[in-house]
Amino acid sequence: MDAILAQLLNGLDKGGAYALIALGLTLVFGTLGVVNFAHGALFMLGAFCAVTIRLLLSMETVTIDPEKLSPWGTPLEVRTPLAQQWFGDWGSVMLDYSVPLAILLAVPIMLILGIVMERGLIKHFYKRPHAEQILVTFGLAIVLQEIVKAFFGPNPIPQPVPTDFRGAADVGAWFGLQAGAVTYPVWRLVYLLFSVGILAAVFAFLRFTTFGMVVRAGMADRETVGILGINIDRRFTIMFGLAAVVAGVAGVMYTPLLPPNYHLGMDFLVLSFVVVVVGGMGSLPGAVAAGFLLGIVQSFASMTEIKSLLPGIDQIIIYLIAVIILLVRPRGLLGRSGVMET
Amino acid sequence: MSDSKRVITRRQVIRTGMAGILATGVAPLVLSRNSWAQDKNFCNNPDSKSSVTLGFNMPLTGAYADEGADEQRAFELAVEHLNGGGDGGMIPTFSSKTLKGNGILGKKVAFVTGDTQTKADAARDSARRMIERDGAVMISGGSSSGVAIAVQGLCQEMGVLFMAALTHSNDTTGKDKKRYGFRHFFNAYQSGIAIAPTLAKAYGKDRVAYHLTADYTWGWTQEESMKNATEALGWKTLTPVRTPVGAGDFSQYITPVLSSGADVLILNHYGFDMVNSLTQAVQFGLRDKQVNGKQFEIVVPLVSDLMAKGAGAAMKGIYGTSNWDWQLQDAGSQAFTKSFGAKYGQPPSQAAHTSYVQTLLYADACERAGTFYPPEVIKSLEDYDFDGLGNGPTTYRGSDHQCFKDVLVVQGKESPANPFDLLEVVDTASKDSVTYDPAIFGGELGPYEPNKCT
Repeated sequence: MDAILAQLLNGLDKGGAYALIALGLTLVFGTLGVVNFAHGALFMLGAFCAVTIRLLLSMETVTIDPEKLSPWGTPLEVRTPLAQQWFGDWGSVMLDYSVPLAILLAVPIMLILGIVMERGLIKHFYKRPHAEQILVTFGLAIVLQEIVKAFFGPNPIPQPVPTDFRGAADVGAWFGLQAGAVTYPVWRLVYLLFSVGILAAVFAFLRFTTFGMVVRAGMADRETVGILGINIDRRFTIMFGLAAVVAGVAGVMYTPLLPPNYHLGMDFLVLSFVVVVVGGMGSLPGAVAAGFLLGIVQSFASMTEIKSLLPGIDQIIIYLIAVIILLVRPRGLLGRSGVMET
Repeated sequence: MSDSKRVITRRQVIRTGMAGILATGVAPLVLSRNSWAQDKNFCNNPDSKSSVTLGFNMPLTGAYADEGADEQRAFELAVEHLNGGGDGGMIPTFSSKTLKGNGILGKKVAFVTGDTQTKADAARDSARRMIERDGAVMISGGSSSGVAIAVQGLCQEMGVLFMAALTHSNDTTGKDKKRYGFRHFFNAYQSGIAIAPTLAKAYGKDRVAYHLTADYTWGWTQEESMKNATEALGWKTLTPVRTPVGAGDFSQYITPVLSSGADVLILNHYGFDMVNSLTQAVQFGLRDKQVNGKQFEIVVPLVSDLMAKGAGAAMKGIYGTSNWDWQLQDAGSQAFTKSFGAKYGQPPSQAAHTSYVQTLLYADACERAGTFYPPEVIKSLEDYDFDGLGNGPTTYRGSDHQCFKDVLVVQGKESPANPFDLLEVVDTASKDSVTYDPAIFGGELGPYEPNKCT
């Protein structure tokens, strides 16, 4: 029971990240009909918003203390963060909470970036075949990751968990198990709640606002909505920006769990694309359900008992499921009939 | 008229033939085969040049990139010292006095670099390019045993020496050893022998260990070595779990540890993988757990300053082994740390140290052999005893090309005195205690005779 609960939590927490990226991916496909392979790069760019904020807050002044020596005999360099100099104790708090703070930067930047990306490049490929859309967005992803590599270097840059969220929570005790039987990192629980919150917010936006209603109508029948005099293209552009924001904030909050590097987006893109295929291209509930489902399956496949029976299964299980789904139900678990079935 | 033009005399044949030979540059080869010593005929022979080129092949991207960057700094420092620049670093403390700061055998040392990307195929491509295009006469580098073994095999094929830098798998100088490959760094077997007494003293002899292992040659041999060493103490080992290199998120492999019944987690990970897995294991609260009536412990058998820096507070109190530590007090270590610290503003890691030492050892071997001819250089390295390079008296064993010297047992420092004071040497396993019979790992060194470059 302990083991199952721990793996389930782990699967949900991984699934949260998959679902957030896959949601944006399928949203773009559902509205604009574009298979956006640059979506993983948006997740990565969000993560680097967190890196940027921390770098800015960590800028320091260097003074030489002639009376002290470094361990190798040169005068000692004393480094003081500017944030601490300017804001005192608040500077330390800002540095500690750099990851949540980065959301404030990520939201406008990702929104603008998404809109510029859609208007500047992707709109020119709406009427082209999917293969060409994949090629151009994949190329865009490579360009974006190389730009990040040029600025931040090739290596992962760790980001801290805020002090108040460090350590592990005794989750087992919440479920009536023995104290200490199942502990789980607090930040991973925060990420899970954050994912659920963002997913709920996106669904609520689409479900309960007039803007969302128009977008859903446009997804179902674009031409009719256009005939009614609604500028659906402009709304779809905003949805592209919204998808970029969702991927970006997902990336920001993920940085304490996995130090980001320029390749982060590509690692997640492949998994998220599989999630979208399994959930059903263009199906928002399908993407979310498949995200959590595959996260959980991947987590359970990593259990010692299963790995000892089927070595390496943890590496291929997601792709194995994708193959089975494509053979048995090409439209995906919750996909619309006729979409990607031929 | 036309008939007379067709007459070709013997003199014309000889003259034209000789002109052709000279024009196509074949003359030196013909002459070298027939009238010069055999040792002129080898890959990238620098005898006709004023400089000699060394090839440094490091992981500048990938899971071991931090180590690769530090290796590059050390290689560049070694070249500077060999060419007479800087303060000479370890050259004055080295027991051999052949190096004079005038390059190698009077030739200025040049170098080329490549990124292995921590991938065997990329590393072989990079090494091949350095040999074929840049004329490298020696290749060094590593940081991944999979890479080191792949490049070592290539160097054997091409007849170019490979002075391995950071590679810790038993296979490098065991079943995959090569005549043209030499390793100064210690290995997983020696780590197991060195750390076992410390673990017994700190954690007792009744423990249940859970291994998370990087899924390639180094991880496998370290897992096996640690398993053998700890089981000899009386510890039990649960079924080890193999994890992909560069996995990043290890959480799905750590959650099963919580309910496994193990009270020790042994992380057979290195570089960023170790930083991630250790940090995540601590985040999961493993070090706060009590299992089987004992405090849960984590062991990292191979640890470096760079990893300790990356892992931060998670490293405190963790035991591991190291090839070298910058805080050692012998003259060689002090000299190297001073040179490196003054140039780069940080102390050298063990990866930097072994890279620097290997470059000096190669240069010294050429000087003692009086030639760059690989078989003679190899012979001058085999069964060579030296000192003054930071590890105390050291022997390059001829039967497997493995260096034997003291091994350090280190622990993450609880209260660092400065940002670089991350590991503390708590014990030293003597050279004799970590010396083993080369037959236990098998393998064949192969021939001395060099192959062609292509």
